[in-house]
Amino acid sequence: MSPAALFLMRMRGILRKETLQILRDPSSIALAIVMPLVLLFIFGYGVTLDAEHIPLAVVSADTGPMAGDMVARFDLSPHFATTRLHSMAEAVQQLNEQRIDGIIRLQNDFSRRLHNGEQVPVQLIVNGIDANRARLIQGYVRSVMGEWAMQRRARGEEAATPPVSVAQRVWFNEESDSRNFMVPGLITLIMTLIGILLTALVIAREWERGTMEALLVTPLRRVDLLLGKVIPYYLLGMIGMGLSVGVAVTVFNVPFRGSIGALLLLSSLFMLASLGFGLLLSAAIRIQFVVAQVSILAGYLPAFFLSGLLFDLESTPRFIRVISHAVPARYFVAISHTLFMAGDIWPILLPNGLVLAGMAVFFIGLAFRNITKRLER
Amino acid sequence: MAGGIDSKEPVPAEVVLSVQGLKKEFAVKKRPPVQALRGVSLQAMAGRVTGLVGADGAGKTTLIRIAAGLLVPTEGRVTVLGFDSVGDTLEIQSRVGYMPQKFGLYQDLTVAENMDLYADLQGVPGAERAERYRRLQDMTGLASFTRRRAGDLSGGMKQKLGLACALIKSPRVLLLDEPTVGVDPVSRRELWKIVYELVERDRIGVFVSTAYLDEAERCSQVVVLHEGQILAEGTPREFMQRMEGKVSRVVPPQAGKPRRLYTRLVGREHIVDATIRSGLVRVVTDTVGIGSITAALAGEEVAAIEGIQPNFEDAFMAIIPRAEHHFQPARGGDTPAATPDREDEVVVRTRELRKFFGDFEAVKKLTFEVRRGEIFGLLGPNGAGKSTTFRMLCGLLAASSGEISVAGNDLHSSRAMARSRLGYMAQQFSLYGQLSTLENLRFFGKAYGLDSGRLRLRLEWAFAEFDLGRWRDKAAGSLPGGYKQRLAMAAALLHEPDILFLDEPTSGVDPFARREFWLRINGFAEQGVTVVVTTHFMEEAEYCDRMLIMSQGDTLAMGTPNEIRALVRSADNPQPTIEDAFIALAEGEVVPLVIRSDAGSTEGADK
Repeated sequence: MSPAALFLMRMRGILRKETLQILRDPSSIALAIVMPLVLLFIFGYGVTLDAEHIPLAVVSADTGPMAGDMVARFDLSPHFATTRLHSMAEAVQQLNEQRIDGIIRLQNDFSRRLHNGEQVPVQLIVNGIDANRARLIQGYVRSVMGEWAMQRRARGEEAATPPVSVAQRVWFNEESDSRNFMVPGLITLIMTLIGILLTALVIAREWERGTMEALLVTPLRRVDLLLGKVIPYYLLGMIGMGLSVGVAVTVFNVPFRGSIGALLLLSSLFMLASLGFGLLLSAAIRIQFVVAQVSILAGYLPAFFLSGLLFDLESTPRFIRVISHAVPARYFVAISHTLFMAGDIWPILLPNGLVLAGMAVFFIGLAFRNITKRLER
Repeated sequence: MAGGIDSKEPVPAEVVLSVQGLKKEFAVKKRPPVQALRGVSLQAMAGRVTGLVGADGAGKTTLIRIAAGLLVPTEGRVTVLGFDSVGDTLEIQSRVGYMPQKFGLYQDLTVAENMDLYADLQGVPGAERAERYRRLQDMTGLASFTRRRAGDLSGGMKQKLGLACALIKSPRVLLLDEPTVGVDPVSRRELWKIVYELVERDRIGVFVSTAYLDEAERCSQVVVLHEGQILAEGTPREFMQRMEGKVSRVVPPQAGKPRRLYTRLVGREHIVDATIRSGLVRVVTDTVGIGSITAALAGEEVAAIEGIQPNFEDAFMAIIPRAEHHFQPARGGDTPAATPDREDEVVVRTRELRKFFGDFEAVKKLTFEVRRGEIFGLLGPNGAGKSTTFRMLCGLLAASSGEISVAGNDLHSSRAMARSRLGYMAQQFSLYGQLSTLENLRFFGKAYGLDSGRLRLRLEWAFAEFDLGRWRDKAAGSLPGGYKQRLAMAAALLHEPDILFLDEPTSGVDPFARREFWLRINGFAEQGVTVVVTTHFMEEAEYCDRMLIMSQGDTLAMGTPNEIRALVRSADNPQPTIEDAFIALAEGEVVPLVIRSDAGSTEGADK
């Protein structure tokens, strides 16, 4: 038989084996299909970074119509559940008991000073234990006040300087819905898990069960070994990705504004970079338990924290920002956000895609160099 | 490539594997490298079985792995069919069949799928497959299991499937690394039948490592490896001829009570080896004749001392340097064992013991009794239900029905009471690898509730009895195999239990450590400790007072070694071994029978 025919026969054998193993092993299916869905639903429904019905106390010493009008704006906002209290002492006590998250205080000369066209201070006290939530509350308060001021102007009431100057605008994520931001980011996480954790685990399992030793003593080439792992887990990862995108669009109504072609191309690059990293790990570590720990530490956690998925990288220390450039997930989070919320914006997609392509080549190349047909490294 | 290999007939036709000045070192952190092989040269021929024999750590697996191209030699070279193991690895790998110790099967794949995989990897043309599969399946008896998953096969079947996969491309050389470890005697016998068929019909060369010395006897050529060096090589006949006149058997005065003579003989001057076989003591001496035996047994009553045919094991024991034997049994005054009146006391009793796992009946109506000071063996192949029975006896697993009482306590009602009187040594090393020997012992002593005064005394005892002083502050995980086993046993004995449960204590242990272990067990039994032990080494059953042979949850036979052997005694085989009896029982040549050796625990033939 010709070398090509033998190569195809070997590939057939190894791919069929891998497929059957994936289909029959509940843990790979769980990791590739069930876990993405669970993560999506947890993050999509449960863990939203938006705040709604924030309990807020309004202490107003002014009974004038303008003060009433302003407080009514807060009542109407879906973000707040306001209660009116009569003394500051009472409000402070409730804040201490964490029954409310913030206090808005209007002074007794609020209406009068506003009428005179003065700048009127409004006091906002926020429970700062959860810094993120505190910042959210500040933002919501500003936007409510901004709307109120706009409306006053629209109604032709005197063009007073607004009490607080608010200039907040939201692009793309018009509803300021963190779900639209989280779900595309999650897809990155899911693909990281399949690419790094699952791949590294199945190879370590072959070492532990002794099947790797038997495989090595067949005429299998190193490139066969590499392809035999890359192809099935690439496909599995893409299935997980497709599933996640489908759920994102249909269940969570996250807009998808890019093209499917761009998604397939760019996610393939990311998948290959992750797989390369997983293969590299498994070439070095042959114990399932250890490889699972390392892939969580070196793969999953960076993808979670250093990719811009949870925290805005711009607001992190310079040191962290520098490190984040080594994390493939960072580039794919940018790609995924762009594709979902903005569309095929190639000036953003292209540089990120190129970096991912480079990483894929680098990691797979390094993994290939480290694959050996001997037991010793 | 180095060596300048000619395209045709690079080496004389007959040699299929050639090892020249092979050295292999493994680097160890912060310590001098381990020398696994120190200059080994040998050859294996086509149409022959070449056996590689040696204790654990002798370098057998390393040598086979180098030949298979899995390891690179530090010095020297190995050629297989004329190809260099380093330079032409792929050439070798497409021409040899290799079966690693763990068989290399995919548990999730069926028998047929495993075979397809290896056929694809080895490039077996589609047209040849049907014929090839049929032949391999006929040979291995796997034809009716093709759709079963490899993970669901019995140990023996797995091993045969592993062999079928290694033979998928009619290799010219077959490399087998301890192919029969943990496999029952029937399956072992079948495997060797297949191997010999191939050797005779296809003239392939087989290179096999084994720790079973009776298997070495069946090889055409044997190489004895010890600490990385060849100690001897030749045909098994040559080995045995060297032992002519140096092997005898000592017949004890009372039939079936060889233990006293056995303990007297072990470790004495000129006595190389003493074992209990077929109810007699088999003695190997380093002098011709029985002079040294009579000297060692001065003052003992003996029925007869006869010279017998040596076997390979005798030769092996004589070749391996004596430094291997550490243990000297304490012969303190030769006090007779437990007093007779206590000897009749039943300490372990089961009645109609059953265990179901779902619909599967793992243990079927097991009834037996063990008396004080007895060594009671639970024998059977993997999957016979030994471990399940064992766990029920120790109170680790609840019985589905039936009664168990241990040391007079019903396990259902007073488990803790029963446990305080028993010591348990698990199949796997179950001590804390990072703690030192002393810390481990101290922990187990405290766990069993010894107060500090008693604990100190028992620790002193343990270090002296098991010769562990040297390892006192070393991490338990770093001890050599035999010492790990001693430590585990010391931990199980710290609280001076009346009953000792030992689950496969000798699996994965070399012949020397196994001998030492049985000697110790004998000693404890003589002090009145009751020992219940499981093993799949049939010859070890000889050391038991009584045994229960199980297969698939059923009782095949129960009785003393003499009684069991009597089942298969015939004109052809006047001195059958327990293994012969087991094979006959398992193959249904002998009606399964529970021998009425003691009142109360009797049961008719089952079903």
